[in-house]
Amino acid sequence: MTRIPTPTVELHRETLSNGLRVVLSPDQTAPVVTVGVHYDVGFRSEPEGRTGFAHLFEHLMFQGSESLEKLAHFRHVQASGGSFNGSTHPDYTNYFEVLPSAALERALFMEADRMRAPRITAENLRNQVDVVKEEIRLNVLNRPYGGFPWITLPPVLYDTFPNAHNGYGDFSELEAATVDDCAAFFDAYYAPGNAVLTVCGDFQVDTAVELVHRHFDDVPGRPVPLRPSFGEPQPDRERRQGLTDPLAPLPALAIGYRLPDPTAGFQGYLAYEVLASVLSDGDSSRFEQRLVHTDALVTDIGASCGLFGAPLDARDPDTFTITAIHPSTVDVNRVIEAMDEEIARLAADGPDPDELARITARWAATLFREHDRLVSRTMAIGAFELLHGRAELVGELPVMVATMGAEQVASAAATLRPDSRAVLIVQPELGQEA
Amino acid sequence: MTHRSAEQIGRTELGPRPLPPLGPPRTPIAPSVVDTVLDSGLRVIAVRRPAVPMVELRLEIPFGDTRRTHPARAEVLAMTLLRGTPRRDRFAIDKVLAAVGGDMSAGVDPEHLSVSGSALTSGLDVLLDVLGDALTSASYPTNEVARERDRLVERLTMNRSQPQVIAREALQRRRYGNHPYAREWPEGDAVAAVTPAAVRALHRRAVVPGGAVLVLVGDIVPARAVEAVATALAGWRADHPATELAALPELTGADLHLVHREGAVQSQLRLSAQAVSRDHERYPALQVANLVFGGYFSSRWVENLREDKGYTYSAHCGFEFTRHGATLIAEADTASEATAAALLETRYELGRLVVVPPDDSEVDCARQYAIGSLTIATSSQRGLAGHLATLAILGLDLDWLLAHTGRLQAVTTGQVAEAAAEFFAPSRFTGVVVGDGKRLADPLAALGGVELP
Repeated sequence: MTRIPTPTVELHRETLSNGLRVVLSPDQTAPVVTVGVHYDVGFRSEPEGRTGFAHLFEHLMFQGSESLEKLAHFRHVQASGGSFNGSTHPDYTNYFEVLPSAALERALFMEADRMRAPRITAENLRNQVDVVKEEIRLNVLNRPYGGFPWITLPPVLYDTFPNAHNGYGDFSELEAATVDDCAAFFDAYYAPGNAVLTVCGDFQVDTAVELVHRHFDDVPGRPVPLRPSFGEPQPDRERRQGLTDPLAPLPALAIGYRLPDPTAGFQGYLAYEVLASVLSDGDSSRFEQRLVHTDALVTDIGASCGLFGAPLDARDPDTFTITAIHPSTVDVNRVIEAMDEEIARLAADGPDPDELARITARWAATLFREHDRLVSRTMAIGAFELLHGRAELVGELPVMVATMGAEQVASAAATLRPDSRAVLIVQPELGQEA
Repeated sequence: MTHRSAEQIGRTELGPRPLPPLGPPRTPIAPSVVDTVLDSGLRVIAVRRPAVPMVELRLEIPFGDTRRTHPARAEVLAMTLLRGTPRRDRFAIDKVLAAVGGDMSAGVDPEHLSVSGSALTSGLDVLLDVLGDALTSASYPTNEVARERDRLVERLTMNRSQPQVIAREALQRRRYGNHPYAREWPEGDAVAAVTPAAVRALHRRAVVPGGAVLVLVGDIVPARAVEAVATALAGWRADHPATELAALPELTGADLHLVHREGAVQSQLRLSAQAVSRDHERYPALQVANLVFGGYFSSRWVENLREDKGYTYSAHCGFEFTRHGATLIAEADTASEATAAALLETRYELGRLVVVPPDDSEVDCARQYAIGSLTIATSSQRGLAGHLATLAILGLDLDWLLAHTGRLQAVTTGQVAEAAAEFFAPSRFTGVVVGDGKRLADPLAALGGVELP
């Protein structure tokens, strides 16, 4: 049996007087440093009538701040040899710079400047509405399976606006956004006490702490918004919906189930992560063996915790997702029946010990590999600290997965019931029955 | 609830603050490496990079073949290379890899058959055993070939519904006509006609070590890793070397082709011109000139097209390297109503790079970005393994990579201006516009330089 090494991730914490939480993780293996900021607001918090606003606002945070003209943020990061990006998730929005370590102070300065005083102008807002519309054309409107399943599955599984709506937004609502909407959103959600600053890589802890104080201490503290619950009841039946995608060449299918609230215990949630691996990770997984190879029902199939492929990336409610693409000659109900049979078999018998050992090894290796990229590790540390108050999860997850019992995976499988789920059926052409 | 105005938010009492200077630079430490050629003709590059207890594997085998039947057979071979040997079937291969945290997959393009894998360091021997078994004994079981053939036909259908793929195929036709290099994906009916016997024959003929390169990067001792390779792949031999594709024809400037795509709401602009490859003395200057034009976010083209006009989400111009040369490809996707305007701005920026060459400040920003981004990209095991495999194909090595910072530092503004003038003249470019022909034909005809369908 392969011994699974445990990752060693050194972590230090600070909290500034304005409420900003800081996590430092030194690692001198390469002369590279990453600075990340996670704000505790995602598209679940955007107001009705303003779908897509959280993401649009993310774009505006790159458009300049008191000390940085438009374009200056990009130019300073890149002229220092670095790269940047941001992304908007259901429960948070993140920003990062990855740079040669000589540029650490610059990155902290730039993040502090836009946390303190972003410049929001009508001209930049109009420009970025146009850019975001191009982004949506690129990723959704002009391609087959656009937004499948992250945009198209939630309205089948959920009833309330925060959970069900399209986080990319409708064009008309993006166009309606005003500078004053932006100011209200910034004042409400972008307070330092509503954020986590993460610094990873090549630095001395004492120096980094001093630099963080130097640049962030005078970002004025503001009240932190009360975080509402987005909870809603489990579905009490199967909710099935059809959708026509004129650009899609083959039918597709997404099934959504509710995941347990991770605040009730990480082990309970992670049982579903292991379940997802048992079902669809590799040729020897249950779904691949049965649906792809033995019965030849589907072209490709996948199962995952969350709608974006990463576990523990959102608060409750969160979605266990199965997606498949299959030939038009295969009836979708045959695909669903075969999935249900495999899930029922797991619920009855659980995975066997060898199967669990393989998943443990591959899962740990995948995480090592992913977190060998400093940016990925930084983003995971920041998200885990913000959402779960537990940056340590980056090191603890492989152990939690390794100690998962077969009966926990079986219990998780038993909750994936046909009478409490959402089924989205994507048809390539009009006129076919869903 | 009241909130501040945008004006109030954007101002503090202290006012704008100065940008802090950069700290002292830290040079990456050169890793230990063994770069050698085995008796079989296989080049092995092993590099120690112990940040995580993993090892990355890349194998590149030249796979050039000008026969019409080749692309379909090569694609089916890549899909089934790791799907069975006399020792293990598909599921057994996956299980033995998973047990050491491993993964392995194969792919093919017109020039190379590539195998990519990774595992926990403790599983290196297993990873190499699976690879050696496949290279010497892949059996291409009839049922596996049949199943993967069907899936491949379905996946090709899926691929060809993607605008990016449609644009890529159109660009290849425009650039190289019927040259074998242009055939990056086979046709579905050609795939359906591939037999297991044909795949086995292709394997015997072309899956050979002479001229191939294997890269290992990770928590390894390089000399020992090379020994492990020599042992595990001892049976992989052939009496002839792998076949390289001949040099591609040089690109010359031509009108763009407008390619109609029904129902498109966005168009793909794809412009391309001949460049020089990494081993050319003018490459560093051209690399910097390209960054200034459109190779990174803070480039003239991106700042114009996206941040000033809002015509696109992403515009990018980059190099495409083949064994014997390189081209530049400028890519942007833009709404139908903005397409003609975006093309106009693109031509303007190409011309401007020639007649208003990059100044010292532009050159220095691009230079620093090139140096820093190379350090960052090669700081992970995966990134370094991928870079080394790409360089090895061109006959370059880790020393070339480590010395590249010095080459970039030595480039002068004058050299960048010369490269800009020679390589970015709008008349040197050819390419395609893929989109809704009904909406694009009139404005593009008015601009000129576009051949309508």
